[in-house]
Amino acid sequence: MTQSVVVQVGQCGNQIGCCFWDLALREHAAVNQKGIYDEAISSFFRNVDTRVVGDGGSISKGKICSLKARAVLIDMEEGVVNEILQGPLRDVFDSKQLITDISGSGNNWAVGHKVFGSLYQEQILEKLRKSAEHCDCLQCFFIIHSMGGGTGSGLGTFLLKVLEDEFPEVYRFVTSIYPSGEDDVITSPYNSILAMKELNEHADCVLPIDNQSLFDIISKIDLMVNSGKLGTTVKPKSLVTSSAGAVKKRHQKPFDAMNNIVANLLLNLTSSARFEGSLNMDLNEISMNLVPFPQLHYLVSSLTPLYTLADVNIPTRRLDQMFSDAFSKDHQLIRADPKHSLYLACALMVRGNVQVSDLRRNIERLKPSLQFVSWNQEGWKTSLCSVPPVGHSHSLLALANNTCVKPTFMELKERFMRLYRKKAHLHHYLQIEGMEESCFMEAVSSLSGLVEEYNQLDATKSMPVEDLPRLSIAV
Amino acid sequence: MSIVTVQLGQCGNQIGFEVFDALNTDSHCPQGLCSKRENEAYQASCKERFFSEEENGVPIARAVLVDMEPKVTSQTLSKAAQSGRWKYGQHSCFCQKQGSGNNWAYGYSVHGPRHEEAIMNLIQKEVEKCDSLSGFFIIMSMAGGTGSGLGAFVTQNLQDQYSNSLKMNQIIWPYGTGEVIVQNYNSVLTLSHLYRSSDALLVHENDALHKICAKLMNIKQISFSDINQVLAHQLGSVFQPTYSVEGSCHYRRNPLGDLMENLVPHPEFKMLGIRNIPQMSENSLAYSTFTWAGLLKHLRQMLISNSKMEEGIDWQVRPPLSGLPTFGKVSLNRELHFNTSIANLVILRGKDVHSADLGKQKLRAYIHQYTKFGIEEEDFLDSFALLEQVVASYCNL
Repeated sequence: MTQSVVVQVGQCGNQIGCCFWDLALREHAAVNQKGIYDEAISSFFRNVDTRVVGDGGSISKGKICSLKARAVLIDMEEGVVNEILQGPLRDVFDSKQLITDISGSGNNWAVGHKVFGSLYQEQILEKLRKSAEHCDCLQCFFIIHSMGGGTGSGLGTFLLKVLEDEFPEVYRFVTSIYPSGEDDVITSPYNSILAMKELNEHADCVLPIDNQSLFDIISKIDLMVNSGKLGTTVKPKSLVTSSAGAVKKRHQKPFDAMNNIVANLLLNLTSSARFEGSLNMDLNEISMNLVPFPQLHYLVSSLTPLYTLADVNIPTRRLDQMFSDAFSKDHQLIRADPKHSLYLACALMVRGNVQVSDLRRNIERLKPSLQFVSWNQEGWKTSLCSVPPVGHSHSLLALANNTCVKPTFMELKERFMRLYRKKAHLHHYLQIEGMEESCFMEAVSSLSGLVEEYNQLDATKSMPVEDLPRLSIAV
Repeated sequence: MSIVTVQLGQCGNQIGFEVFDALNTDSHCPQGLCSKRENEAYQASCKERFFSEEENGVPIARAVLVDMEPKVTSQTLSKAAQSGRWKYGQHSCFCQKQGSGNNWAYGYSVHGPRHEEAIMNLIQKEVEKCDSLSGFFIIMSMAGGTGSGLGAFVTQNLQDQYSNSLKMNQIIWPYGTGEVIVQNYNSVLTLSHLYRSSDALLVHENDALHKICAKLMNIKQISFSDINQVLAHQLGSVFQPTYSVEGSCHYRRNPLGDLMENLVPHPEFKMLGIRNIPQMSENSLAYSTFTWAGLLKHLRQMLISNSKMEEGIDWQVRPPLSGLPTFGKVSLNRELHFNTSIANLVILRGKDVHSADLGKQKLRAYIHQYTKFGIEEEDFLDSFALLEQVVASYCNL
């Protein structure tokens, strides 16, 4: 069994990370009734004997003593991390796995990347190496950050280069929160574009998410819960947004519900690698199957179901509905319409009591309405995990490599150009040592290159499937 | 004579478990239709072939389990031990922590050489336990990384180390509409390598097995364990001891040798398929009657019309006048037949696989994942060439 380390950077990253650890504990508590430290838990947690001072406390088998998260928390201002360490999850985090500063990055990518990057490089390396040493077989780094701010975006992407150099064999999965149109940070387009260049070059796989989509999903759920249709009540633990039953019982803060969705995404992504199933899918298979060309590693994700109704029977119709929902644009975690764009590859990760025949039937049913690129007509990757998420009997995570991310990127570029043409706020960046205007230009051209690749693939959309000549052999 | 089974990857291990379970249950089946002496002779023969004896009487399967991640093998080992009727040897399992990521190149070029010694040692131990070795039965899938890549590597090694023994590879052809996106690449590379180093390739398609489950066995929600059980049933028919010329209590001693002798006359034609009847659920068994002659007639027509199940056989198809070389070996109720129907399978599916592959290759899609581990484009071309040749030879038949 392999282990993964979560690196949470910036306010956004740390808040999402906090929700993630909360839900992970809840999930493992539900599955692991006997309290034995098994391989599934070891993928995200260490078992430590807290009576032993110093580093020697790791226990690898037997009953659970005290679980420590395999996480590194980084923030350039203390507020968020301090809150986590004073909250109910304080025992889950190792106090040595933090890097904090006082002043913050001021929503400036350059400060996060250049200033704090060089200042904290040694410390970061040391903490990462420490967490890697605690792992038997480290497979993946999960980086959680936002693109619009300063720390998450700047320092988070600086990390990627460090990870690539120091741990070239380990996968880097990045969960990036993209700024929505009404974002309150004015310089977010600058920060996002500068960060995109780093993501293009150093990440193995990126899961872009935007706040607007998360917000829309919340509204839909609220509508469902509050409409109070006769006889339909939602099962309490089944809301994808809820932290019911989790450790922290504080007041639900505004972003909590949205963060829970992202946390669920990460849990479902790794479920088939942690738990048993009839068709397993490891994290390296995600990258292998969904990334046909190294540049095009942006995966659109969608999660269903968002809630379960409280009736006990689950007729097959509901199962099929789950599959249809996964492809509707209301369930995507980024504003995109995959059905009307070109699919390069698609992965369906099913959890719970679903069998191969259900999967096959639904793929056959949905295939005609989806457009796949001509050379990958059967581009489906499937996995079945027997353990369902808490509160549901089955769930589906769909990851698609689809050209529908193109409009999002183009819009981002548009917002960037609007500011850049006027040179607005540029001096904040240029006064940082190491930043020049060429950095901006390079970043834009990197993004343009990416968009161009997607364009080329889109151009093949309506072309008929070529019948390529076969190799002829001398008989 | 004994057969050593090597189970590779998630698919191989899941199937291997079902096969041993089926063999064990069959040989201890209480409803015998023949005399006690015959029964005992049959049991002894079956047992010797697949199981070795332990002190407390629990048979141990002659098998080596290999996988690059521990979840499946630990599940398989515990399921077998739980049943109480048979189990796997304690040390016959080899696994690593991090899988092969559906990457043939990773399985073949990285895991293969790295773990060559350990795996071959395990196999050697199993071989030494046998009085006389008939050969190897290797179970693997073609779509994934471990089964396909590491399987090809292990088969090659077995060819080098045990060149006198026979090897039969059981390969699982994946569903047509994707289980794994790069399954076409992995399949092509596997087939071409296996063709050079294996003695016979027994092909099973997931699609066909799925249909059998749906139509004949009437299972509503088909799971992989249902599919594997059908497969095990068919394989059981192949491997269970058959009468030899001497009489009803003597069983043929050399299962693999006999099969190969009759079915693989020329090393160019190695692909085999199974037709098995009757295939039905236990419940329907009580309601059906059939005669031996009727079964044979159905089977013959199934072969000629290239159908994999009893239902929907096209009775109109007649064999060409030149007559098919019918090497049939009938025992219980199955016929393992080599004829143009398998050639058709290779041609048709090969065509799908090839055109899909060529399309991808043209754009170099996913190739970077393979070149990372040392498989270059020439290797792909070599594989294509070899398979085209095979298809051409079958076409010429």
